[in-house]
Amino acid sequence: MSVQASAVEPPRIALVGNPNCGKTALFNALTGSRQKVANYPGVTVERKTGHAVGPLGRRVQVIDLPGTYSLRARSPDEEVTRDVVLGRFAHEEGPDALVCVADATNLRLNLRLVVEMKRLGRPIILALNMMDAADKRGCRIDVAALSAMLGVPVVPTVAIRSGGVAGLLDEIERTVASVASSAEPCRWSEPSSRELRAYHQEVEAILARCVTDAGLPPLATQRVDTVLLHPVFGLFFLFAVLFLMFQAVFAWAAAPMELIDGAIGGLKDWVGTVLPDGALRSLLTDGIIAGVGSVVIFLPQILVLFFFILVLEATGYLARAAFLLDRLMGGVGLHGRAFIPLLSSFACAVPGVMAARTIENRADRLATIMIAPLMTCSARLPVYTLLIAAFVPDEPVLGGMVGLPGLVMFALYAAGILSALSVAFVLKRTVFRGAREPLLMELPAYRLPNPRDIALGLFERAKVFLARAGTTIFALMIVMWFLASFPGAPDGATEPAIHYSVAGMIGHALEPLLAPIGFPWQIAVALVPGIAAREVAVGVLGTIYALSGSGEALHASLAGVLAGSWSLPTARSLLAWYVFAPQCLATLSVVRRETNGWFWPAVMFAYMIALAYGAAFVAFRIASHLL
Amino acid sequence: MTVSSPPDGDLRLHQLSKGQPATVAGVDESAVVTTLPAGELERRMIEMGLVEGSRVVILHEGFPGRDPIAIRVNEHTLALRRAEARAVRVTPLA
Repeated sequence: MSVQASAVEPPRIALVGNPNCGKTALFNALTGSRQKVANYPGVTVERKTGHAVGPLGRRVQVIDLPGTYSLRARSPDEEVTRDVVLGRFAHEEGPDALVCVADATNLRLNLRLVVEMKRLGRPIILALNMMDAADKRGCRIDVAALSAMLGVPVVPTVAIRSGGVAGLLDEIERTVASVASSAEPCRWSEPSSRELRAYHQEVEAILARCVTDAGLPPLATQRVDTVLLHPVFGLFFLFAVLFLMFQAVFAWAAAPMELIDGAIGGLKDWVGTVLPDGALRSLLTDGIIAGVGSVVIFLPQILVLFFFILVLEATGYLARAAFLLDRLMGGVGLHGRAFIPLLSSFACAVPGVMAARTIENRADRLATIMIAPLMTCSARLPVYTLLIAAFVPDEPVLGGMVGLPGLVMFALYAAGILSALSVAFVLKRTVFRGAREPLLMELPAYRLPNPRDIALGLFERAKVFLARAGTTIFALMIVMWFLASFPGAPDGATEPAIHYSVAGMIGHALEPLLAPIGFPWQIAVALVPGIAAREVAVGVLGTIYALSGSGEALHASLAGVLAGSWSLPTARSLLAWYVFAPQCLATLSVVRRETNGWFWPAVMFAYMIALAYGAAFVAFRIASHLL
Repeated sequence: MTVSSPPDGDLRLHQLSKGQPATVAGVDESAVVTTLPAGELERRMIEMGLVEGSRVVILHEGFPGRDPIAIRVNEHTLALRRAEARAVRVTPLA
């Protein structure tokens, strides 16, 4: 049977539900680690698929769709959900069956979506998720009556408990076995407000019959919110969380980073002993290991940052942050929802720009996209960390509560945020004028994050980061090594060999342009590939100084080398430059895709490089004067 | 900031005081300036549970200007701005 089963495509089911219904946890429970994240063709919404195996051994492909309250699709994100369930995507057929996921503690809005989806004519299974929470709150649901009234199978699930989805797998297997006979024509069309009211009445009738006790409201959540949504304590807590997050990025990541650093050094030494001195050894140690290694070392920091974002999201706190900041961000014309894309941009602007899809209004979305790269992304961390290690003494400040390096880092982040808000302010008063999109956002009950879901999320991020280090950055490092090594120094050369190489020539050609902001030619060389991927700049500096230094410098840390080579104004100027740094190609290309053209990425590139040059100029001049 | 309720008893959600329970009497988006096409705000509000007969109560108020507001709508909690809450007609419960 397994031979036959693998010959045909496995049946496909799609998970659909409101945001916050525990859909992703259910997806993880069904598929374990057998999942794949890709993009839908032509759009940047992530397409998460995985495989589940039923109790009879049948393989089923599971698609996790973006959460939605309605099939009317108000944002690009929700359009994907609509198009997939309607089978409108050119490249793939509609799913064989739909699993509607509903939060059992909050049935009303979830059931309204189920009632709407019944019109699709596809087989539906309703998964009543978070049944444990519903039980705890004293909520009583008559599952058999619910199934009878809806006319679809209803299965209680607890995605976060082992074995909590066994019944659902059972039902999925049963449903896909009889798919051919149960298909009906699609009768869905965009509902009018009258039809929506009719759906609601239908849901009310079902709830009146099937929910014998609605249970207690989430009193703990309401009590916590009295503090966390408080105008004073709430904002204080939010800033404390953000501060803790940035401190943790340094404190927690320090030990694993040292381990990676040691491993890279060991690998370099080992290659040095097994290979004879020559071009190949130099390519491996100076080019690839030094370059890729100097990027991989930031994996711990990126994971710490994503850990915080994932946990904050899983607990339900991110929606509160959007609530707290809506009015304040409204002062510069931004939507409270812009907080989530902007927070993601601290990890990477690419998912940040993509997350802006949840903002329905085009002007609001564009404003958010345009400032997202000003948030200090994790690719800037390598540059900041290197410069801080080289130029900022590790002294306790504020009565020993924080270290000076941490404080400088916080200031750099703050500079990014403030400049983003200023740019938004200008944009919303010039090109993106108009009223803000309404805020209509559910505040989910607080939940403890499930370790498995956090771990899977982190694993996903690590995979993406390492894949990038292994492909884009790896290739760039090889190219840079060649540029920095050839042509070699002429006979009787007085300067280091890199001076005469192509990279040296490029650097020297750019030097007059960058001299006013205090950049030596080595930085000019590093900035060119730095546009392709920001963190590469550090790798390139590593390669350049490794190739230009003596044998002694090769073994010293890059931070130490820089401290000896650059002036303090130059270091400040480079830091200021990187607050606004011309963004990476990945960001520009995702902006092009999201805005359907080159206009906005061109504007973004121009305004950011102008800000970067201006800020670096001011920083260099002021520092030169004062020091 | 206090808005006196109109004489005809046409009370709106943004005029409710915190903790005062009410039921939704209707959704009328004509009172709101929005960027959305006509009928869109009404449909969104219905989809988020702001529909005739729903029980609502203001739980939390934001900052500054006590805006936005977090309201309990039957069994879920919703955040919205006072400007849009104006579209929701309510009847206070004793």
